[in-house]
Amino acid sequence: MQVEPLVIDVKGMHYTPLNKQIRAAVASGVREIVLNNVLGQRFIANGLRGDVRITVNGVPGGDLGMFMSGPECEVFGDAEHAPGNTMDSGTLVIHGSAGDAVAHSMRGGSVFVKGNIGYRGGIHMKEYEDKRPILAIGGTSHAFLGEYMAGGLILVLGIGHDPAVRDRGIGSGIHGGEIVIRGDVSERLLGVGAMKVEFTEEDLERISPVIKEFCERFDLDPSKFLDTHYCRIVPSSSRPFAGKYTWE
Amino acid sequence: MTLGSVPLKYRISIDRDQCMKCMRCVDNCSYGVYRIEDDKILIDSRKCTACHRCLSMCPRDAIMLQERPVDYRSHPLWTAEAREDVINQSRTGKIILAGMGNAVDYPIIFDRLVLDACQVTNPSIDPLREPMELRTYIGKKPSRLEFTKSNGDIDLKTNLTPNLKLDTPLMIGHMSYGAISLNAQLSLAKAVAETGTFMGTGEGGMHEAIYPYQDHTIVQIASGRFGVDINYLERGAAIEIKVGQGAKPGIGGHLPGEKVCSDVSCTRMIPLGSDAISPAPHHDIYSIEDLAQLVRSLKEATNWEKPVFVKIAAVHNVAAIAAGIARSSADAVVIDGFRGGTGAAPKVFRDNVGIPIEAAISAVDEKLNDQGIRNEVSIIASGGIRNSGDLAKSIALGADAVYIGTASLIALGCRVCGNCYRGLCPWGIATQKPELVGRIDPEIGSQNVANLIRAWTLELSELMGAAGLNSIESLRGNRERLRGYMLDEGLLDVLKVKSVGA
Amino acid sequence: MVKFISGKYYLIAPKPNIIVINMCGIIGVIDRTMSRMDGSSIKEALSLMDERGSGEGAGYVAYGIYPDYADCYAIHVFFDNLLEPKTRVDEILKQWGRVVYQEEIPTYEQPDLKREHIPWRYFFKPYTDLMVGTKNPDDDNVKRLVMNINANVEGALIFSSGKDLGVFKASGWPEDVANFYRIEDYKGYIWLAHNRYPTNTSGWWGGAHPFNLLDWSVVHNGEITSYGTNRRYVEGHGYQCTMLTDTEVVAYLFDLLGRRHGLTSEMVVEALAPPFWDEIDEMPEKQQELMRAIRLTYGPALMNGPFAIVVATNDGIVGFSDRIKLRPLVAGENGSRLYISSEEAAIRTMDPDVETIYMPRAGEPVVGRVVE
Repeated sequence: MQVEPLVIDVKGMHYTPLNKQIRAAVASGVREIVLNNVLGQRFIANGLRGDVRITVNGVPGGDLGMFMSGPECEVFGDAEHAPGNTMDSGTLVIHGSAGDAVAHSMRGGSVFVKGNIGYRGGIHMKEYEDKRPILAIGGTSHAFLGEYMAGGLILVLGIGHDPAVRDRGIGSGIHGGEIVIRGDVSERLLGVGAMKVEFTEEDLERISPVIKEFCERFDLDPSKFLDTHYCRIVPSSSRPFAGKYTWE
Repeated sequence: MTLGSVPLKYRISIDRDQCMKCMRCVDNCSYGVYRIEDDKILIDSRKCTACHRCLSMCPRDAIMLQERPVDYRSHPLWTAEAREDVINQSRTGKIILAGMGNAVDYPIIFDRLVLDACQVTNPSIDPLREPMELRTYIGKKPSRLEFTKSNGDIDLKTNLTPNLKLDTPLMIGHMSYGAISLNAQLSLAKAVAETGTFMGTGEGGMHEAIYPYQDHTIVQIASGRFGVDINYLERGAAIEIKVGQGAKPGIGGHLPGEKVCSDVSCTRMIPLGSDAISPAPHHDIYSIEDLAQLVRSLKEATNWEKPVFVKIAAVHNVAAIAAGIARSSADAVVIDGFRGGTGAAPKVFRDNVGIPIEAAISAVDEKLNDQGIRNEVSIIASGGIRNSGDLAKSIALGADAVYIGTASLIALGCRVCGNCYRGLCPWGIATQKPELVGRIDPEIGSQNVANLIRAWTLELSELMGAAGLNSIESLRGNRERLRGYMLDEGLLDVLKVKSVGA
Repeated sequence: MVKFISGKYYLIAPKPNIIVINMCGIIGVIDRTMSRMDGSSIKEALSLMDERGSGEGAGYVAYGIYPDYADCYAIHVFFDNLLEPKTRVDEILKQWGRVVYQEEIPTYEQPDLKREHIPWRYFFKPYTDLMVGTKNPDDDNVKRLVMNINANVEGALIFSSGKDLGVFKASGWPEDVANFYRIEDYKGYIWLAHNRYPTNTSGWWGGAHPFNLLDWSVVHNGEITSYGTNRRYVEGHGYQCTMLTDTEVVAYLFDLLGRRHGLTSEMVVEALAPPFWDEIDEMPEKQQELMRAIRLTYGPALMNGPFAIVVATNDGIVGFSDRIKLRPLVAGENGSRLYISSEEAAIRTMDPDVETIYMPRAGEPVVGRVVE
């Protein structure tokens, strides 16, 4: 049975009744939800499970899709801080830019940001078995990208930016996962425990599905991003603190 | 040039007349103190941690342990420990790691507070014969009730938000699977389920063996977000955001890769053998309004069905911070004093940072009361609560309930040797080695822990009855029933208690 | 008559030595038709309970005694002298409202009663527009005045502040205190009386009952072991405990819960002496929810320890005891009159024709309301 898409005008609405309504709709089998006039509502799709597509027209508040497990959220506008916070699985697609701590502690699924992101993007992203979170950024990122990163992939395409990233502290404290940035990254921008390694054809092969999906999502031509001009940043150790202590 | 060795910390000796060479000491010591050569038990005292496992297993009481068998030239400032730390660090250039709580001889305020009892002007109550109410609700309370009246019927208009119902104002604090073994955690879980109270999971996710007791757990979300997903949040009876810990305020934590075995890796949802690093702050909390946002986010994710606690280390400005937390949607503030235990902390933090829980409880209670919001939020106190006397005094100073940690581990065998961070705990508590973990039988362990909870509960009832109180609400913040003994005026003022005799 | 050595000095000591003990006998009566009774029979009834007192404190409160100034707050003050303390009080009252009339309360020397203070009364109308942020500006204005003067004006203590009512109390035996004020000259539809056996602050008149704030008056027998908790609760909500005894906190709890939060007297009693949890667990669901809400919200107001209490307000009286009945309480009825007392004999002294006498259950309120 085909269930009609649910369209909600959320102008002036508080997030709690909104989320309750979304949850109830998903429970009743709705697969397509459109939120119009979104402005500042936090926690949209927070902890939401299920196979549902939510279109957000406007600027949602912080923690979009936090703890989300499964759904897809597409934002036609910018997002505030920490979209994809501690997200479990599913997809966020942001047709604008996003604030600080994007994909904070994200453990699975994908976050695609067409524009730029703020500080500490992908901080403490982590992976486990088949769950490998992806944060892909079309524009650039501010400082401390992938700080404390423990797994997953951060991809920065740097469209319109040369170099793609010019802020410091990339991968500071990284002990898992990889950060891939188009073009070259100055050594002085690397954080503690991060190191550059050669970006190989195999790497490109591995990452190209992400590039293609990103381009598809935002209607871009992928061919110009499928060159080998990337810089790959990985942890110098999976035990960065092992040598810090002595026993009493 | 060599610094040479430092003297033995402990010396083990065996009374060879008593010893029957049963080899239990050899089998039990996970630190390798004992070995057999030519049918003789040889001893390497330098490896001893004073964990007492061998003593407790020796059928003949043949083993003797002596602490610091070698004297240094005595000096009040340059203690043996001070000298040895300098030697250690000049050798290694590293941060000294230590286990368990603050080991400095600061005065213990609990021991300078005395409780009251009835004489003549009101009767004591015998809790075995008359009602004694210890039931405690932890969670947000309304500031006032509102009613609607229709045709003489009075209906409650105010909605109560979910609270945890405790049969005794005593819970077990957060010790993660990873920091402690599954059998240890399972023992605690069974004990709290049996005694009508709760335990914290720590920030390590929840192992499926704990699922049957999940209604008695408080799941923790800390800066590392290990094991945190929506299922985990929904499993707990409540959720706790850990901001800080009394043993190491202001810094993060890390579970060393060697403790991340396959089961721990699965529960925490991180790769095998990698360090599990919890950053110092939550990187989505850089300010008080961010905390309020995380509290609401957790509530929103769980449909406003779970109380959310916020745990902070007792630091200098604890009262104002707690007042900020109380203003968020948080249901309880957990304050962890500077004696709080830990598996591992930099010694300089463990011994030097933070304030005692007694002063912190009072300061927070007083600040919230001054602002007229004390009853709207619960206060949970932890960090160095050793017995029911400390429990009663904590409540009289203003706590709703306490968390115990170390005491519950002692009930499982721990002798507070402080070597938890080495992962070799011979009692099977702070280790993931299967042969050691197997030393705890959760059935027996849970009975020991449940006994402890029952005993303290009984003693608390007796103390309250003697003070003429039959409900825990009337002890809470009731400093009239406390007096300070040999406390200075400044501290009496912080604690808001009078001196003995006054 | 200037006595600087008075209990009031304890008030301004940095850490007041709060002592919380009242043994004592209590009695209260209401005529539900508001027909007024003079004070002679309650004097006699209270004197009958001399065994329960020690001659160190007694007091009376009567409602309906000032019909000529019924719309004014009748503010009774103990002055240590009529110089500085009175000047200060006059100034404060003039700042916050209008004194319609004032005089020394008429008193008559008794050989066994040592005069410690000068009782004075003001009939006062507060300026309504001076208080903001409240639904009861007049009451809150007067409440604040009382708290302010009692905490800060040395040598002055307001011990009665309601409309058309007055407290009369002193240190002495009940009949001496009654004769000192000639309470038979006052006629009221509610009377409460108290005979005190103090264990501290013996010479201080402020320590005698009844305690009053606005329309609330309290007489109390027993000791509130939860005083520390109750006191902190009311202090967190704008009250200051200045009377060196546990009883005043009852008046403030009734004012906070009854007047400011709008709970009925019965519900206030449910909050102060609630059913046990095991009883609540057995109640029907709706009642259970209500009781749980009361206990959770008003936990710090729960009173513990042995007590029997009678509280009066202008439209009724309520008597109740602690939850496990550690103090005696007897009620009696005769037509429109309801009596509540520590002893049946006291009731029978007041009204030999009393029709029914019964013992209320622990924690359950006995309520007498005026009928319009």
